Amino acid sequence: MPGPRRELRQRLAELRGPAVPHPLDARALAALAANPGCRRRALLDGAGVDKGALASALGSPSSYGQSQFAFARGHAFEARVKADGGMELMRLLGVDEPGGVRVPELAAAGPQGRAARTALALREATGAGTWTLLDHPLLALEVAGSPAYLEPDAVVVHPDGRWTVVEIKSFPVLDGSADPAKVGAAARQAAVYVLALERVAALTEGAEVAHSVLLVCPRDFTNQPAGSVVDVRKQLSVTRRQLARLTRIEDIAAALPEGLSFDLEGCSAEQLTEAVEAVPHAYAPECLAACELAFHCRGRSREAGAVETLGRSVRGELGGLTTVGAVLAAARGEAGDPADPAVAALRRAQALRREAITGAVAITGAVAGAGEVAGAGAGAGAGAVGTEGAAVCR
Amino acid sequence: MSLIGTLARLEAVESGRAQPLATVRHRHLSDRPLVLVPLTTAGEAGAPLGALVGTDPAEPRLLVVAQPRDRDLRFAFLADLAEAVVPYLDGYAGEVEAAERSETDPETGKKVKVEVELCADAPQLIVPSRAGVEYVRLLGRSTRFRRTAEDDPDTPYPAPARVPLLGRWLTHYGERARVPGSSLLLAATDLLNRHWATGQSSLEDQHLGALLAWIEAGDGESGAEAALRAELGRDAAGQLLCPPAGPATDPTFDNRLLAPAIDRYDRARQALGAAEEGELADARLGELHRAEREVRRLVASQLKPTWDAVWRCLELLRGLPAGSRVADRWTRDRWSFTGHRDRVRSGEPPQPRRDDAVTSAQKLAARETAQAQLEAQEALDDPLVLAARRLAGEAFTAEVLDVVPAWTESKRPSPRPLLTVRTGDVPQLGEGVKVYRSLDGRPQSAAFVGYEPEDGTLVLRLLDRMGRAKNPAEGTVPVKGDRIVWTLFEHDQRGGPKLPDPEDTPWTHGGPPGEPGAERPDPVTPEDLL
Repeated sequence: MPGPRRELRQRLAELRGPAVPHPLDARALAALAANPGCRRRALLDGAGVDKGALASALGSPSSYGQSQFAFARGHAFEARVKADGGMELMRLLGVDEPGGVRVPELAAAGPQGRAARTALALREATGAGTWTLLDHPLLALEVAGSPAYLEPDAVVVHPDGRWTVVEIKSFPVLDGSADPAKVGAAARQAAVYVLALERVAALTEGAEVAHSVLLVCPRDFTNQPAGSVVDVRKQLSVTRRQLARLTRIEDIAAALPEGLSFDLEGCSAEQLTEAVEAVPHAYAPECLAACELAFHCRGRSREAGAVETLGRSVRGELGGLTTVGAVLAAARGEAGDPADPAVAALRRAQALRREAITGAVAITGAVAGAGEVAGAGAGAGAGAVGTEGAAVCR
Repeated sequence: MSLIGTLARLEAVESGRAQPLATVRHRHLSDRPLVLVPLTTAGEAGAPLGALVGTDPAEPRLLVVAQPRDRDLRFAFLADLAEAVVPYLDGYAGEVEAAERSETDPETGKKVKVEVELCADAPQLIVPSRAGVEYVRLLGRSTRFRRTAEDDPDTPYPAPARVPLLGRWLTHYGERARVPGSSLLLAATDLLNRHWATGQSSLEDQHLGALLAWIEAGDGESGAEAALRAELGRDAAGQLLCPPAGPATDPTFDNRLLAPAIDRYDRARQALGAAEEGELADARLGELHRAEREVRRLVASQLKPTWDAVWRCLELLRGLPAGSRVADRWTRDRWSFTGHRDRVRSGEPPQPRRDDAVTSAQKLAARETAQAQLEAQEALDDPLVLAARRLAGEAFTAEVLDVVPAWTESKRPSPRPLLTVRTGDVPQLGEGVKVYRSLDGRPQSAAFVGYEPEDGTLVLRLLDRMGRAKNPAEGTVPVKGDRIVWTLFEHDQRGGPKLPDPEDTPWTHGGPPGEPGAERPDPVTPEDLL
């Protein structure tokens, strides 16, 4: 292992404290790639800190969890799909003589051992020229300088050396269509597997990773599996770009003050809060569905009055104004440069909104019948056409 | 979201309370809506866990499936749901008024007026959230193809009598909910979000409890604090104070309370099955009832807060006066209800799994028209909605400064008076652009002529609705000093060109659908858990 890498490992281990590192999975990676600018998440995930426990220690516990009903159903369905040496699964791929499918043993000690075993099995299968089903292989992917181990449901090696990722989900395909949000999440997750497989394929002669994955879901209201081939090229290129963009963990770690620690056992809540605050976040409401720390970051973001708490798109129409106070002051004419188009638009919007609300209160009774709202006292009539901004906001 | 909506959200952040987004109510509310709060089993498609249903806030009907994986219990639930919903729907089918509809005469090909029935009112379904609307669709899909013993004596697992009918109605309501501005099936969150802006994002607004917390905030607690409690607050036993509005349940509830209770129920049932005759069986039966009561109590504990929240939401909305064009949209909903009633009565088969090309195109076109109509009507009904259109340059308020009579240069001159108006708005006008105003509820159009070079006032030429005489009819031309709202969008929406008949579907769209074969019911295998 080269020197700088070892130093980073060392530094991350110090930050984490004595706890066992919390593994990064494909779902977390997909979420990380969805918000690549968040240094807080990148560092904590890279250091293997248990964010759920950290959020609880900070006093903003997340409400993540899986119902045991869903868990049991997911497992039962996966077991059914893979039963009899993957007969059903191979049938979905269009293979009629599943008798000749090899299912190699992939057990080994530790994640590194399992990943090595998987790589070996993939190499052997590619050379063998037969159908091979790898049940829960383990793949390694380096993310922002630290290794993540990923476990796809299955990988199928075709006789021609092509590798296909299989993703088994328990949401139904109803009359040929499934919940687009769930399919999208599954595709993003599968793209991470494809990315990790490509690293192995690059070192394997004659191997090629298919850019479409096989998504297996229950059909309609039954337990029968239905397979659909999902093209993940788009998710793949997005994930690849975002992961490359991921702020490098070295740089984040280097910018931290000495002696900082996320040791959940050894640090008080104040110390942990201080440590978390030392790493900048990039909160957006989407985080609530993807990150255990989201409620904590949301609280901080709201305290700071950041307009992003209302949604990422809100930023776009507010120009350089980034806080709630600044926007409202500009809208009310207490601050801001009227020549700034964003400020001018805000003042106009504020004037129109006031006019509509005050007018409406006065004519509430009249509105119902007439549908004619011209009577609402407009105070802005004086503004000559074309020079709105300043004239309207009196 | 428009800038005006963003401003409202920012003001909500600052004040700690939700701010109005509308000054009138834009959706119809029935006097006697049927509220349905469904819950489903995590990870299973079409395995309901329970529901509260009813038209009286004080007396909901509780339906619970003690073991959601048991087909018989699920069918019993669906039968009970059908008993609760179908009579409510039927109650509106009988009272009709006469109406006219233009139809094409198949022989002459001419449009003729036909006397038809139109239901005087329509039943309205309210669910807590959008996920609830989707669940109504799912329930409809899972039940409409079921066969009863009467339909087919050989069917395995025959469904109870009214269940397929329930499925057809729920499918119709789920489909209608996709038409913008329709009110047959509404989600409480959508209703609130249309009329109030909270200080949180639209993602967070999907949480009914948090949304209500912002709107009902007051008494020293800010909306943000109250909403946080609704999102995350847990009691001493670790259960959410405000359970999710469904149909999904909280995983902690599933794992800590529900799963053990269902296990106890299963064990009690096994014990009863194994018991010999007599006293022992009686005791075991008592145990089974206790276990079942416990599951019912737990499911009710998750449903009741949402039930109350939906009714509070309806209460809040009743506080707003209805927009004047809401009744017009409700009439369309009544037509939709009547149409489906007629299809059911005439013995048509259930809605197909997939629409054919012509039906799909018709549905899409109808939704587009409804969307444009909704946007126009909401703006005309509500100055606050109009404000956003004015900001976007799609409407303007103007004061009439001068009226100059003018006529067309034809043999029989018609009035075309010129209006000089002044506005503070910035409409996106070009020469010849048509603008519209509402005259006694009907649109009157005018064409933009140009700007006066000196003072930037606008000149418009009135085009219609002034009567047939040479001089305009009384009250049809504005007078000096009038303040008038002009819109650049049309007030009424015309549908697009007529689509071909299904038998003339072009090959690009799959060709004629052929004989509509009866849809087969979903196969039910004994191996399925569901």
